[in-house]
Amino acid sequence: MRRAKINKIIKFSNVDGPGNRMSIFFQGCNYNCLYCHNPETINMCNSCGTCVGSCPVGALSIVDSKVCWDKKLCVECDRCTNICLIDSSPKTMDYSVEELLKEIKKVSGFIRGITVSGGEATLNYEFITELFKEVKKLGLTTFVDTNGSLDLREDIYSEFIKVTDNFMVDMKVWSEKKHKDLTGVDNLSVKKNIEFLGELGKLYEVRTVVVPEFLDNLETVTEVSKLIGSINSKNQLDERIIYKLIKYRQIGVKKENLEGKLLDLTSPADEIMEKLSKVAKENGVQKVIII
Amino acid sequence: MSILDIIKDTNITFEQRVLGLARAAENSIDVLEMTDYVKEYREAGIICDLFEGNAPYRPRYILPDYDKFIKGGCEFLNITPPTDIWEATNNLLMFYKHVPSITTMPVYIGNIDYLLEKFVTDENEDECYRAIKLFLKHIDTTITDSFCHANIGPRETKAGMLILKAMRELELPTPNLTLKYSEETTNKLAIESINTALVTAKPSFAKDSMYREDFGGNEYGIVSCYNGLEVSGGAHTLVRVRLGRLAKKATNKSDFMENVLPKVAHEMLGYIDERIRFILEESVFFQVNFLVAEGFIKKEKFTGLFGMVGLAECVNHLMELEGKNGRFGSDDLANELGENIVKTLTKIIKDHKCKYFESEEKKHLLHSQVGIETDAGESPGCRIPIGEEPEIFEHIVQASPFHKYFASGIGDIYSFDETYKKNPQAILDIINGGFNMGLRFFSMYGSDCDVVRVTGYLVKKSEMEKLDQGKVVLRDTTILGKGARDNGRVLDRKLRKK
Repeated sequence: MRRAKINKIIKFSNVDGPGNRMSIFFQGCNYNCLYCHNPETINMCNSCGTCVGSCPVGALSIVDSKVCWDKKLCVECDRCTNICLIDSSPKTMDYSVEELLKEIKKVSGFIRGITVSGGEATLNYEFITELFKEVKKLGLTTFVDTNGSLDLREDIYSEFIKVTDNFMVDMKVWSEKKHKDLTGVDNLSVKKNIEFLGELGKLYEVRTVVVPEFLDNLETVTEVSKLIGSINSKNQLDERIIYKLIKYRQIGVKKENLEGKLLDLTSPADEIMEKLSKVAKENGVQKVIII
Repeated sequence: MSILDIIKDTNITFEQRVLGLARAAENSIDVLEMTDYVKEYREAGIICDLFEGNAPYRPRYILPDYDKFIKGGCEFLNITPPTDIWEATNNLLMFYKHVPSITTMPVYIGNIDYLLEKFVTDENEDECYRAIKLFLKHIDTTITDSFCHANIGPRETKAGMLILKAMRELELPTPNLTLKYSEETTNKLAIESINTALVTAKPSFAKDSMYREDFGGNEYGIVSCYNGLEVSGGAHTLVRVRLGRLAKKATNKSDFMENVLPKVAHEMLGYIDERIRFILEESVFFQVNFLVAEGFIKKEKFTGLFGMVGLAECVNHLMELEGKNGRFGSDDLANELGENIVKTLTKIIKDHKCKYFESEEKKHLLHSQVGIETDAGESPGCRIPIGEEPEIFEHIVQASPFHKYFASGIGDIYSFDETYKKNPQAILDIINGGFNMGLRFFSMYGSDCDVVRVTGYLVKKSEMEKLDQGKVVLRDTTILGKGARDNGRVLDRKLRKK
């Protein structure tokens, strides 16, 4: 039986696709973004034990040389994730498909679907494929939120794509070099995936975080919206692809980055967001959402 | 408060002063028969008639058949049926001024979308919008009490959409609004309703099928805070028991369940009957009022309401007496005890026959009362104390078993953050889930609104601030709202974030 590390489950989420959804955040990411707002999801816990002493309520302990977390005692003060040396968390949960399905069934009457996110959810594509097959039997929709780094055109992903209703893809920055500076990885796959999923009619949304004075937001928004516009005109689907423009916010970002490379960067003003939204619309994106 | 105090009060309007004086006059006589037990428990604030007055001279809640009025006019008021939107809205406004209630102002003003729909066409929509906006503004300014409640739905109508649009623009507390929600309701009307509620805290959603079943298929209306009652009828009176205080009279759980609770229920039913006797046999309302004479209301469609408040505090106290620390809202045993208390009351009410009702079938109805501004330390009805609410999902699961017992009103209020404005469908999914699970009523507001829902009725935060500064405000419910905010922490309700 396949298992996966889950960082967090949000029973009701209104920002991860259409309607009310359960969002499941997988642990582990192949990017290391400077502005990551949940860096504790990046790496797997190595049980170094640094966090254990930081817990004010004794919810952490070491059993069989592994860090264990007692959910019932935890007061969610986040001291453990703040002190973590490797951008991880002792608070992950280990689930089988069956166990996760049990959690989903509890709320299935209130949601219209499941969204998997991360970390980077697609790193667990085999687990998710099995999960989604079951989720579909409940009459729920299946969405994947991804950084688009895996080349989803490859054969090994075909079943995963088949059971996924829609994808939401991050396009962090258009310039390849800048993308590598920001995330540690180039963005060739991301662009290919957007085209590929768009043509399949399985691209629900593209997302860009707007960071003024740090990224070339105008270039990214212009190029991405042209790409969406061309897919929209080719597909002629009723459901248009959403372009979500997200304001950079300091909340959750690693302290050393806020004091280093991201020093003094603040959230973009509404006027900047509106201007970018206008650009996107001019390039053929019908639905632009600013958050 | 003495007569002179009322005359000298600097915090009330002229109208509120006149009403205060009328109340003082009514309360200067004692004409109701009461047992010593009822007297003692009223004194102790355990049985409470919500300031209905010592000599009730009209039913508490009245739901005239407005459909009949629109179609046939009114002889007594010399009003003929309307021919266009201006006459329709004007006729209703004239009629409303003659619909009494406990507050003297109408608590129910009809399914206003259906009443106006036949006057709205594609060609005159702009004109109708203007008429409807003036109509609503007029109601807010002259019916200065947000217990005044309108209904819309379940079907989508042009008039209904215009009403919602006008309410979003006006952002006024009165009238309160409920959407009767059924399979007939379009997604467009439901989403438009949610978008409106996130701006101005209304409409609430009522599960139409559940109310229809409870009222035997008869027309019903949602009135005042969220009371479900029959159209052409209403409720003579609402008397309530404060269960939190009552629990203190018990020596242990079984003493409460077997002695204390049944005793108070029987005594209260006797007191409700006595108030009804006075209205029917001594006051002349049903003999002389034109609403009765012309058939807008019918005596046999009225009932009495048995209200209850403070279930959470009652359960928590009984749990403590048992040496257990589980609390209502989060502990299965405590929740089960809560439901047993409600079940016990339901049975006693069902077995009780009011001798002033002509039909054997007619029963008093249980009402989960939302509390009043002076209720320090007593949570509304069956609600979980503010601040202790669990996650919204657990909250709905906990609340849902209680709704079936309360044909005449129960509901929780959920506050949503601004991100929901971008995805109102998510709230509709939650409402659908809740209704499927057994909820009958669902209220919501946006955490950033000026108009907020206090316990059932609506107030403007900005008006409460005026009152804080000692200024006179138009609506009497603002005064109630301020009390509920200060004593009941109603603005600290748990915010629903993503």
